[in-house]
Amino acid sequence: MVIARKLDEAIPHTPIQRSAATLSLAYVWVAYAAFGLAALAGMLQGMVRGGIIELPSWTNYYQILTAHGVLMALIFTTFFIVGFIFSGVARTTGGSLHGAALKFGWAGWILMVTGTLMAVVTIVMNEASVLYTFYAPLKASPYFYIGSALLVVGSWLAGFGVFASYRKWKKENPGKMSPLFVFMGVTTYVMWIIATLPVAVEVLFQLIPWSLGLVPTINIMLSRTLFWFFGHPLVYFWLMPAYMAWYVCIPRIIGGHVFSDSLSRLAFICLLLFSIPVGFHHQLMEPGISAGWKMIHVVLTLIVVIPSLMTAFSMFAVFETTGRKKGGSGLFGWLKKLPWTDVRFFAPFVGMLFFIPGGAGGIINASNQINAVIHNTIWVTGHFHITVGAAVALTFFGVSFWLIPALTGRKLTKIANRMGMVQTVFWAVGMFLMSLAMHTMGLQGAPRRTDYTTYMDHPTALGWMDYQRVMAFGGGLLFVSAVLLILILLYLTFYAPKGNTEYPIAETETKQEVPRILERWPVWVGLVAFLIILAYGYPIMEQIQHQAPGSPPFRTW
Amino acid sequence: MHLHRYEKIWLMLGAGGLALFIVLLCVNAFAMGMAPPSNMEMIDPEKVMETPPFDKPGLKQVGDKEYDAYMTAFAFGFSPTKMEVPAGSTINFHVTSPDVVHGFQIPETNINFMVLPGHISSATHTFDKPGEYLILCNEYCGAGHQVMATTIIVK
Repeated sequence: MVIARKLDEAIPHTPIQRSAATLSLAYVWVAYAAFGLAALAGMLQGMVRGGIIELPSWTNYYQILTAHGVLMALIFTTFFIVGFIFSGVARTTGGSLHGAALKFGWAGWILMVTGTLMAVVTIVMNEASVLYTFYAPLKASPYFYIGSALLVVGSWLAGFGVFASYRKWKKENPGKMSPLFVFMGVTTYVMWIIATLPVAVEVLFQLIPWSLGLVPTINIMLSRTLFWFFGHPLVYFWLMPAYMAWYVCIPRIIGGHVFSDSLSRLAFICLLLFSIPVGFHHQLMEPGISAGWKMIHVVLTLIVVIPSLMTAFSMFAVFETTGRKKGGSGLFGWLKKLPWTDVRFFAPFVGMLFFIPGGAGGIINASNQINAVIHNTIWVTGHFHITVGAAVALTFFGVSFWLIPALTGRKLTKIANRMGMVQTVFWAVGMFLMSLAMHTMGLQGAPRRTDYTTYMDHPTALGWMDYQRVMAFGGGLLFVSAVLLILILLYLTFYAPKGNTEYPIAETETKQEVPRILERWPVWVGLVAFLIILAYGYPIMEQIQHQAPGSPPFRTW
Repeated sequence: MHLHRYEKIWLMLGAGGLALFIVLLCVNAFAMGMAPPSNMEMIDPEKVMETPPFDKPGLKQVGDKEYDAYMTAFAFGFSPTKMEVPAGSTINFHVTSPDVVHGFQIPETNINFMVLPGHISSATHTFDKPGEYLILCNEYCGAGHQVMATTIIVK
């Protein structure tokens, strides 16, 4: 078996230094604590919606729905991403993080954990059942908004830590192109910091003063526009670190090379440019935004197809060339040579397969009038469960199986590998059944984010019930998988035998020239600013100058 | 920057397909008049109940088999609660909210839009097939969101 042999070899690089490993692990474990709670909430939700259980009177569907969304989509992802990027930056810049990066890293962790606790406490107290999109004029406790702000600011500090490492590396290696992983990490944070500015403005200048009662009303349209200004790039913030694992780590795991250094960087620059000026495609069915502006955002959204196609090509080019080098012949013989029993490859590969229908569904969602068929139906829930919940999550799981033992100085054992394979299969089957049921029901008009209901036994709604039960069954499998995952990761953190696990970082086969312009940040940040002003400048000015009468706060739960 | 020949072909096919798709979307939206609902009218959300025509929500016949439906969506219901039209009727929906954000969706049709306080949403549909159509709220609006629905009868 490929994996067994590799683990017995000495690892080809210095392990990550203790101080950086501890920081990274601290982020990753907060991520998985949130993941565990979120998985429990998600399973309960599925069972309620499937009509299988009823919740006790001290809680309700929308409270656990808020918990699931906030903990999974905001806390699990953000903490894991920050921890993963810190570890990879340390690994590719000599094995450690310097003082400034560590200080930023820990300051960010403290802010993010404080923010998370504030949000979780308000949700548990039922003071914030506003879902993770917190649309005004539903008004949560001010502490919920303050907690969210701390989470965002903490992630900025983590980003500054990565920038500091990057600057230090550039100073020590004048004239050289930065390591691919670091470049991608920096691009991800540049995108993230720009994209979180509008939601910070929404939270600080609209939601917090209004929720404290300092101002009587809020501009609803502006708050929604600022939210989706952030809300769509948020999904690229989840996706880009998964792409980092696909571009940089997986080629090494299968014994191959990075397909093309320049192309990988170009794909990330495209993601930086076209993630942000696209938010209106989440608001296609809203009044108050003209059809012309909506179309501009739709076109900018669809351009993301290009870096996605580049990524798909690169991945399969790496798989094929590596498989052929190992003796695979014929049209598909190379497929047999891939390490199918190595969970470090298998889990993210299954994720990639989910991403194919996920991408196709995304094009439907973003397409102007077709959106009317599926907007706010449970199709959308199905869509982001196969994208972030499968493609991204399975990649993060696959990364965790080697990242955690690499950080704790333990071994990814054969048994842990095998359990990981089982866990991946459970996740994939559960997600397949659940999202298939969701997509199907959504096409028939079943709404998302809705407690169990038959709409007074209306025949249309009764037609959804069988699918809802399939959805609940899929959710059950996902929960089993989540529990298994937590157990495996606890084992890898505390109990697995001491030893070395490789932190896989692939390189290009031959030295490749990379166009210098790819690292000229003022050019790219300038272009991002230009695209944002083009897409948002006029509409936001309009929304401020010709605003609808404001809304007072409501608590309807 | 070097690109592999197959990759060039792959990206050109992808970009070409994408360009064609975008052109079709634009033709659909602007030449064939199928843009998403984007009404720009506004209203004071705190005065919906006293602002005509939303002070008396209901159907108004405006032509042969054509109606204007002025409706309010509120936590947790729609007004008016009963509407009836003959088969083949066209209804122009005009909906607003006096409280939080709601959704307005009629499964089995393409009627699906957001209802924002401060704004009036509009969309049009012709009901050819008789039946009892479900109207539901598809945006979370509070504890009773799942009961927020009504029907429209087409005879």
